[in-house]
Amino acid sequence: MTWVGKSALRKEGEKKLRGEAKYIDDITFPKMIFGITVRSPIARGILKQIEYLPGVDWDSIIKVTAKDIPGENYVALIEKDQPYLAEEKINHAEEPILLLAHADKNLLEKARKLVKFHIQPLPTVYTLEESLKQKEIVWGSNNILKTYAIDRGNVEAAFKTAHSVIEGTYSTGAQEQLYIEPNGVIAIANEKDGVTVWGSMQCPYYVHKALVPLFGLPPNKIRVVQTETGGGFGGKEEYPSVISGHAALLAWKSKLPVKMIYDRMEDMVATTKRHPSKTHIRTAFDKNHKLLALDIDFTIDGGAYATLSSVVLSRGTLHASGPYFSPNIKIRSRAVATNSPPHGAFRGFGAPQSLFAIERHMEFCAKTLKLDPIKLRKANLVKQGETLGCGQIVKEKIKLASVLDHALQASDYNKKRKIFAKNNKNNPIKKGIGIAVFMHGAGFTGSGETFLASIAAVKATPEGKIQVLTSNTEIGQGTNTVFSQMAADALGIDFSDIEVAQPDTSFVPNSGPTVASRTTMIVGKLVELAAKDLKQKLIAAQLLKENYSRQEFVAACKKYLKDVGDLKGMSQYKAPPNVIWDDKKYQGDAYGTYAWATYIAETSTDTRTFETKVDKFWAFQEVGKVINPNLARGQIIGGVAQGIGYALYEDIIWKDGRMANNKMSNYIMPTTLDIPDIEVKFMELPYSYGGGGSKGIGELPLDGPAPAILNAMENAIGIEINQIPVTPERLMALMESNPL
Amino acid sequence: MKKIKLTINGKLFSVNSNPFSRLLDVLRDELKLTGTKEGCGEGECGACSVIMEGKLVNSCLVPILQAEGKKILTVEGLAKKSLTPLQKNFMKCGGAQCGICTPGMLMAAHAIQLKKKKPSKKEIREGLGGNLCRCTGYSQIIESIQATRSKA
Amino acid sequence: MRGYLPDYRLGSAKKLEEAFNFLENGARPFAGGTDIMVLMDSGILPPGEYFDILNLKELRGIKLRKDEVHLGALSTYSEIRDHQLIQKHFPILVQSAREVGAIAIQNRGTLGGNIANASPAADFPPGLLVYDAKINLLSSQGIRNLDYNNFHLGYKKSELQPNELIHSIILKPHFLKYRHFWRKVGSRQAQAISKTMIAAVAKVNKKKIEDIKIAYGSVAPTAVRCSHVEFFLLGKTLNSKIISEAKNILVKDIQPIDDIRSTGKYRLVASQNVLEEFLCGIG
Repeated sequence: MTWVGKSALRKEGEKKLRGEAKYIDDITFPKMIFGITVRSPIARGILKQIEYLPGVDWDSIIKVTAKDIPGENYVALIEKDQPYLAEEKINHAEEPILLLAHADKNLLEKARKLVKFHIQPLPTVYTLEESLKQKEIVWGSNNILKTYAIDRGNVEAAFKTAHSVIEGTYSTGAQEQLYIEPNGVIAIANEKDGVTVWGSMQCPYYVHKALVPLFGLPPNKIRVVQTETGGGFGGKEEYPSVISGHAALLAWKSKLPVKMIYDRMEDMVATTKRHPSKTHIRTAFDKNHKLLALDIDFTIDGGAYATLSSVVLSRGTLHASGPYFSPNIKIRSRAVATNSPPHGAFRGFGAPQSLFAIERHMEFCAKTLKLDPIKLRKANLVKQGETLGCGQIVKEKIKLASVLDHALQASDYNKKRKIFAKNNKNNPIKKGIGIAVFMHGAGFTGSGETFLASIAAVKATPEGKIQVLTSNTEIGQGTNTVFSQMAADALGIDFSDIEVAQPDTSFVPNSGPTVASRTTMIVGKLVELAAKDLKQKLIAAQLLKENYSRQEFVAACKKYLKDVGDLKGMSQYKAPPNVIWDDKKYQGDAYGTYAWATYIAETSTDTRTFETKVDKFWAFQEVGKVINPNLARGQIIGGVAQGIGYALYEDIIWKDGRMANNKMSNYIMPTTLDIPDIEVKFMELPYSYGGGGSKGIGELPLDGPAPAILNAMENAIGIEINQIPVTPERLMALMESNPL
Repeated sequence: MKKIKLTINGKLFSVNSNPFSRLLDVLRDELKLTGTKEGCGEGECGACSVIMEGKLVNSCLVPILQAEGKKILTVEGLAKKSLTPLQKNFMKCGGAQCGICTPGMLMAAHAIQLKKKKPSKKEIREGLGGNLCRCTGYSQIIESIQATRSKA
Repeated sequence: MRGYLPDYRLGSAKKLEEAFNFLENGARPFAGGTDIMVLMDSGILPPGEYFDILNLKELRGIKLRKDEVHLGALSTYSEIRDHQLIQKHFPILVQSAREVGAIAIQNRGTLGGNIANASPAADFPPGLLVYDAKINLLSSQGIRNLDYNNFHLGYKKSELQPNELIHSIILKPHFLKYRHFWRKVGSRQAQAISKTMIAAVAKVNKKKIEDIKIAYGSVAPTAVRCSHVEFFLLGKTLNSKIISEAKNILVKDIQPIDDIRSTGKYRLVASQNVLEEFLCGIG
């Protein structure tokens, strides 16, 4: 019996269904008190004074400011620009300044309102356009957090000889991850024992890395434990370092365990969002409608601090040319600073932004060239042996044309376009069908995985189970389950024989973060190899023959533990051969592999109220081997739902650099009545370097929905929409300036 | 502070609370029934859903005073030794991913089934309209509930 | 939970006399809690005394009395939605009830609470206006009966006195021969606060309008009857020119604004378009 490829039941599913899974707010410690963050009311200025107004017994409340930081006041990530607590300079609204702790959580809410910050305002920069103008410098010397440049061939020469040149500009807005469990941690911290933080997070070792300089303690005095996490989507990739540091600082000062849980309003207004973007594309075609040149200018708004913007920019840049081949390419991209709270990781991580642009642009090109949008795409899809925008020669077999054809057939795309065109004439509700063709590179870019040098381990327990030890977290996507399937198959034993250890930095190795669609593919592979390493030890000790039964395996483990000692297997990441990446030129093999997809959206737009609904959706993709069909399907559907929100509903209303609609009643996430049936199909070309033959799929589904939906809407109502989210208000304004 | 008696999952409890305290907080903090979750505090996400006197309510919007003398069902009251057919189908169909919305979804599903043994897909979608899930995109939750109706 | 609990007190009225006492002492009524508890969680509920009125049986029940339908103020959205009488005679109220929040809110929210909270976007008022509702206000002095049309006086201002409770809504089941129309335009299909909302009834004979009542929510400080549009349409025979003119006249009856949810311009255009949708449907 093998497990990879089967819909094994969710490892931790039963306790979740019983309501017994313990999320951080379900956990209490003896003598635990509560912490709260007091934040800047304005986006930029100089802090002059903190005033404590009467109304609570301030002596009974623990206070922490930057002065109380034992180590260094910066959040370790990439740059050293983000303070844990603002000292003098305020650079964004809701910037943390003061921390308070008390046994009465309710009292803290009252106390928070009684703190008055005297801040001398400074001029602000709220949009990426303003930032680019460089009239007001809010970061570094020129507001620019990072830039990339890619050049291949001769773009300008190609434009001169082109048969047609087509330009367009595309914008995307910020998006809130909106995990249903808000950010939360519990910290214990003192000089003798060190610092321990438990909490909702994706990357315990990121938090670990950030706490070391904050406290000036050696790494072995910092311990981070991930508790059951109610959704992450990138929103708990880097942000938990901030809340963990805050709770730990309060714990350090109070000498008591401190629990810090954000309520929804705070979580939405203060934590990271998807980077807004603006892309300008210029394309040159020859007379056969083949791409001659692609000139892409891509900008993202990073907010007040650098955080992960350089990496988001990287991924966005490397996906900017989409799945198309062009002999001449020029890409200029930059991340700029503004006085918004720092933007951060959100599933897709730059690719949804740049792929939105190229896929809308190809549709626009088809319209301009009076060509069928499918024909235009097919003529330019990259083939095996050709290069992608970053210069990567696609060595693997690509099934993209086949995925495309299947999706077209399943959705009845061509027939529907004709039917809708006819029926829309006399109907206030206009239907459309639209397509997006795209790819997503899995794992860290270029030399990223080599740099991470991830380690995974397995060990035999006294009860005869095999425990998987990684720092990769279960956040709903199925880590525990797929690791168990892959380990069981690697050892030839049963799914129920495998346990997955809680990610606790005191005893799991650093297998890297749970991001970049890498967990199943990269770390799963390491788990398989670690399992095989353990098996080899048993064989070497002559406790196991080459062929064995499950019972024999368990017996061999127990004997080894008794006679020899600890039984562990481990494995460290090694890059696949022939993956060559030039970091300086920013070219080469950006990703070990890609998943390839075609998404199709069928929409209805009510021209009376300008509301658009997605009626049906097809998500077809080639993803390597599907490890667990049920879980994989769940990932795609869930991602498509987030993509539908990104395209149509999730609008952030910015007022003075602050999210004004920071409640679930006015930040609009789709409900069951807004998401249609989504048909999911997988094609499989196993990727030999991926665990179980898999490719990463976690982020792929965010790339397709927005362009597919807007292509459908344009098909329905005939006007170009190049900005998301397309709220009814925005659509109305567009239709007014472009009457039907 | 007032002494308030209420029945939860068939068991009688007595709490001493500020009458304005949210039922959600009494369940979680005083009675340690942490299965019911807080997602938004404003009755929008449904993670705090419980069944009170046979009706689905958001426990973040019910002051404990109004739960006095009432019969309440929470997620902890569903399964006995083994999972209910609905819970088993959630397992089989992938209805739970991160699990934080799951208790509320189970309550809402239970409420749907109290009203109708064989709800249509549309009725299921409507019955779940007040429960937000960010992970699943809803399809597998709906399938879990559909799979259960045939047992009724 | 941002509300500081020690600043609030919640009592309970088991009898009407107790309720009047509470009111006299300045305590505020607390019905289903779906508005008050949201304010409490946000930390913006006015501190002080409140009292639970859910035990007052005099405020409950939906019944036919002679030729009037009485809806007790404590009727929940679910009760209104599921009641045969309402489904038969006042389908707009059923639709209003179905589109509020979702099931869990509908099980707790009350008719009286919706009226008393007096949000400009409240779901019941437009339907009550077109059904010519009457409202009963109860105090220790007895019942005061008003045309519901005269109840709301301005933004969060109404005829309700500090010593009064909303007792019931009275409706006459005279609309069986009318066409009924309701549309709520929100940000999504469930749990949406409306951007505009139209309720309309019309008695039409071969495209000629014998009677017409139109009301909107969310586009003025209170829900409003469209007296100018109604006056224009009464007695007319519907055609595309008349419908177009009616849309233009609508600006006299509503004052949509920009706020966090939408823009005045969108609300106006959407309101005009759903008026057109209604009129095209009956013409």
